[in-house]
Amino acid sequence: MTDAPITRSERRQQKRLKRFDNPWMNPKLIWGAGLLLGIIALGLIGRVLWDPELVFTGSATLKLPPVGFENLRKQPGVWSNPLGTDGGGRDMLALIIIGAPNTLFVGLLASLIGMSIGIFLGFSAGFVGGRTDDTIRVLADVMITIPPLLILVVFQSAFGDVTLTMMALLIAGFVWQSPTRLIRAQVLSMKQSGYVQMAQLSGASTSHIMFREMMPNLVPYLFGSFIASVTTSIVTAVGLEVLGLGPQRIPTLGRTIYEAINAGALIQNLWWWWGIPTLLLATMFIGLLLINLGLDEVSNPRLRKLS
Amino acid sequence: MGRIPRDYLINRLVTLVLTILIAATIIWIIPRLSPVDPAEIALGRMAAGAGAVANSEEILAQLRANMGIDQPLIVQYIKYLSGALVFDFGLSTAAFPTPVSTLILNALPWTLGLMILSLIITFFIGNLLGALMVWDRSPKLVRVAIPAAMVFTSIPPILSGLLLMWIFAAKLQWFPLTGAYSIFVEPGWTWEFVSSVLYHGFLPALSIVIVTFGFWALGMRGLMITVQGEDYVKLAEAKGLRPRYILYRYMIRNAILPQITAFALKVGLLIAGQVLVERIFAYNGMGKLLYDAILNQDFPVIQGVSYVIILMTAVSVFLVDLLYPFIDPRIRHGVT
Repeated sequence: MTDAPITRSERRQQKRLKRFDNPWMNPKLIWGAGLLLGIIALGLIGRVLWDPELVFTGSATLKLPPVGFENLRKQPGVWSNPLGTDGGGRDMLALIIIGAPNTLFVGLLASLIGMSIGIFLGFSAGFVGGRTDDTIRVLADVMITIPPLLILVVFQSAFGDVTLTMMALLIAGFVWQSPTRLIRAQVLSMKQSGYVQMAQLSGASTSHIMFREMMPNLVPYLFGSFIASVTTSIVTAVGLEVLGLGPQRIPTLGRTIYEAINAGALIQNLWWWWGIPTLLLATMFIGLLLINLGLDEVSNPRLRKLS
Repeated sequence: MGRIPRDYLINRLVTLVLTILIAATIIWIIPRLSPVDPAEIALGRMAAGAGAVANSEEILAQLRANMGIDQPLIVQYIKYLSGALVFDFGLSTAAFPTPVSTLILNALPWTLGLMILSLIITFFIGNLLGALMVWDRSPKLVRVAIPAAMVFTSIPPILSGLLLMWIFAAKLQWFPLTGAYSIFVEPGWTWEFVSSVLYHGFLPALSIVIVTFGFWALGMRGLMITVQGEDYVKLAEAKGLRPRYILYRYMIRNAILPQITAFALKVGLLIAGQVLVERIFAYNGMGKLLYDAILNQDFPVIQGVSYVIILMTAVSVFLVDLLYPFIDPRIRHGVT
């Protein structure tokens, strides 16, 4: 135990006091949210500034590299396709402008639905108890072991093409379990706590207790659980797309990778074809991870002292 | 069963059986809701092979009878379930007439081998690094470098697989691009074959390891923080025990236990992630089998592979749950 870390943490402590000790303002959370907002902004602003029509096959020369590079045929990159083009002559920039928000959309929609189911079931199980609790608990335990990817592989190979919304709905069927378990456990422990019993004694209605007394305490957990299920949803969606099972006509990041692998982009050194979507997905996951770490610090003050 | 209460055992068993039953049922129902007729796909395949098919109506009827899809649904369902119990999923339609179980048996050892190898490596590396992140005597470099490296562990293995494949197989050509062993080596228990398998398995395993160790490290970090403040650690320090000894014998040993349960919940995702890694590396495991089956619309194989993987997941979760009190005597099974 040297003196240096103590003074440093003290300095940090003072800094935090200046910010009225607001745990929500931690750098991890801000960076993570920044990365995600950047991707969303890319999708929104990109549509205005760049021509989305370029996502169609054959809108440019095939397999052009990004600006500043040469492909194996010695063609230099051109400014009309700054990030290069894929094997079908689609502009990579337009592909990611259209594809990245699609991928995020699936993740967000799936986990919004999943969370809503989870909140509903978790509160019901924790509050009602008895037979309801048993049923919900066993169902959540059962569903949590089934890997969503495999069920969805069966589904989508049987039905062929799906829309983005359809895929999100299907994934939502597999991301409600952990929120359900988490909320149930929290509700059970909170039910014993003083302020809830006080509220009950003073005759507050069930919905008042649920939403005004308990919900605010659950917020960090809910956010954390939400971000975790966004990650799971996107991983599952990308997995399906890379197997060639996602939406067939809508550009997504996963499908671009699928086409690149199938066309042998790795051997042909067309790194921008699979590399750019990979990089963008990685950025997305890093952003989600940072948000999750930041939220951990909000809900678990012990972690704050460390970093 | 000694320390495991009967109620708990029954509870876990019911969950296990229900999991398998529900999963098997979903897998069975989905293709039957689909408008696609497997008999027509088979006929289409024949037509594509032979140019034209005469008396197609009779062939269709015969195909349906062969596949058993002309019977009432309830009969089909019971047949399917009793088949699934003994891993009989019928015949593959793409590699007709190979039984699906044979295909799976050929692929399973590859998947299991790769999985066990990468799991053991990540479990050790991840937990050790997680512990070092909290330990107040670890070098500064470790405390700064690990959190930085962990940022990259949030990405799914398929992306890391692509990157590693490009760098080490396509660019540097240190490792082979695809396959589970060299085509010039005869499979068998020879040194050449084993080394070829290890050589080919290195990149797929690495791509799983570098993206999963962070999960363990993060979990371990949280647990170590809790253990750090415990009285027995303070006592050990006061006794003047060597810090390294305290780290390994007092802190890690206590902190590592909940990690094992975390593992149980993660198995499913790990296997699903690995399936994708196998697909991009064209590794001869379940992932490649599944991918080929998707391409050929080979439903019996898709069903069989999904079923076996879900079964593996459910059974490993069950076993971890049961073994847990033996590993950690502090835990007594309450009926949660």
